[in-house]
Amino acid sequence: MSAILALFRRDLALAWSAGSGAAAPVGFFLGAAMLLPLSVGAERTLLGAIGAPILWIAAALASLMVLERLFQADLEEGGLDQMLLSPAPLEALAAAKAAALWVGVGLPIAAAAAPAAIALQAPPAAAGAIALGLAIGEAAFLFAGLVGAAAAASVKRAGVLIALLVLPFFAPPILFGAAAAAAAAEGAPFGPAFLLLCGTTLFALALGPIAAAAALRLQAT
Amino acid sequence: MILALHDLALARGGRVLFENLNLRVAAGEFGVIRGRNGAGKTSLLRAIAGWLRPHAGRIAFADGVDASSSLHVIGHGDGLKGGLGVGAHVAYWAGLLGGERASVARALDQVGLAALADLPARILSRGQARRLALARLIVAPRPIWLLDEPAAGLDGDGKALLDAMIGAHCAAGGVALAALHEALGPNPDHVVQLG
Repeated sequence: MSAILALFRRDLALAWSAGSGAAAPVGFFLGAAMLLPLSVGAERTLLGAIGAPILWIAAALASLMVLERLFQADLEEGGLDQMLLSPAPLEALAAAKAAALWVGVGLPIAAAAAPAAIALQAPPAAAGAIALGLAIGEAAFLFAGLVGAAAAASVKRAGVLIALLVLPFFAPPILFGAAAAAAAAEGAPFGPAFLLLCGTTLFALALGPIAAAAALRLQAT
Repeated sequence: MILALHDLALARGGRVLFENLNLRVAAGEFGVIRGRNGAGKTSLLRAIAGWLRPHAGRIAFADGVDASSSLHVIGHGDGLKGGLGVGAHVAYWAGLLGGERASVARALDQVGLAALADLPARILSRGQARRLALARLIVAPRPIWLLDEPAAGLDGDGKALLDAMIGAHCAAGGVALAALHEALGPNPDHVVQLG
């Protein structure tokens, strides 16, 4: 247990240390979201309809940014070897890395989504539900993305490969997340779409670390 | 016997590096692996750690000895994160490898990095980075040390420190296997010549 906590603490510290830059994906997310009114114009009804779905797409792409170096850096620097020597199972360590990423990057993106949703003409009362949905969806993105990051850890410039590997797994949370956000905008925040979003997240939480650990063991040998 | 290699052969990329290697290492013994570049020294150490499947033969540990509780590996990569503090690295390893957080300060002091504990690891020189990696050996006591050219980048004092660490480890009943190009540590009980 202390091994899992130690890795979680280290990765969380790294997420916000100078040079690693969790600020970059959050900035990307806000920047992409704020380009939307520039491209479709400031018409309230149109923005209100597509604002929340665009936030989901921006959040998914911002999550992709952090996956490329997630395991690659550890593999190159010898840090992965040390994880393999830990008494904690590699599955749990992979989960700790994703959890640190969720707290360090996923939650800030979800928090930034609340003001961004209001700026994109979502009803202010729904902003909290939209942010909550994104916080849950970010966990699905990052735990599913863990698998792509692990599988491509030894590939140089793996960004595109990781995107191809994990984008299909981003489809269910986007599908249900955007539907939940639309329901929230209409004043019914915790309907079936929201529950299905939670379901896809649980699926990613359960299977992502196991698949990622299997891929990492292949990389080490 | 703590560790034994039986008729071990290793291959990399379809090329056999060496064959029929036999070795029995008992508690307190120090083994040195020698050989030219590419002879398979790193591969041998990684195979013992379980990260490379033997081409033939087998690697056996004593009962109760396994990689996740008994092995330390000092390899080419020091496993450092430039943005993380020097002391934070040692605390991380203490947690990850099952060491004592209370021994973090002692480990930093012993490898001569106590004054740099709060600085990020990216400012360390090559030799200082290696000293930091050696702090792993102190902060999480484990019986078997696999050292792959552990003196790389170390200055005279650093080599003396490493020499003393290996000596104390073996005197306390630990096992060390080191791929070396220079003379280091106590008089070796085993010399494995590869290639």
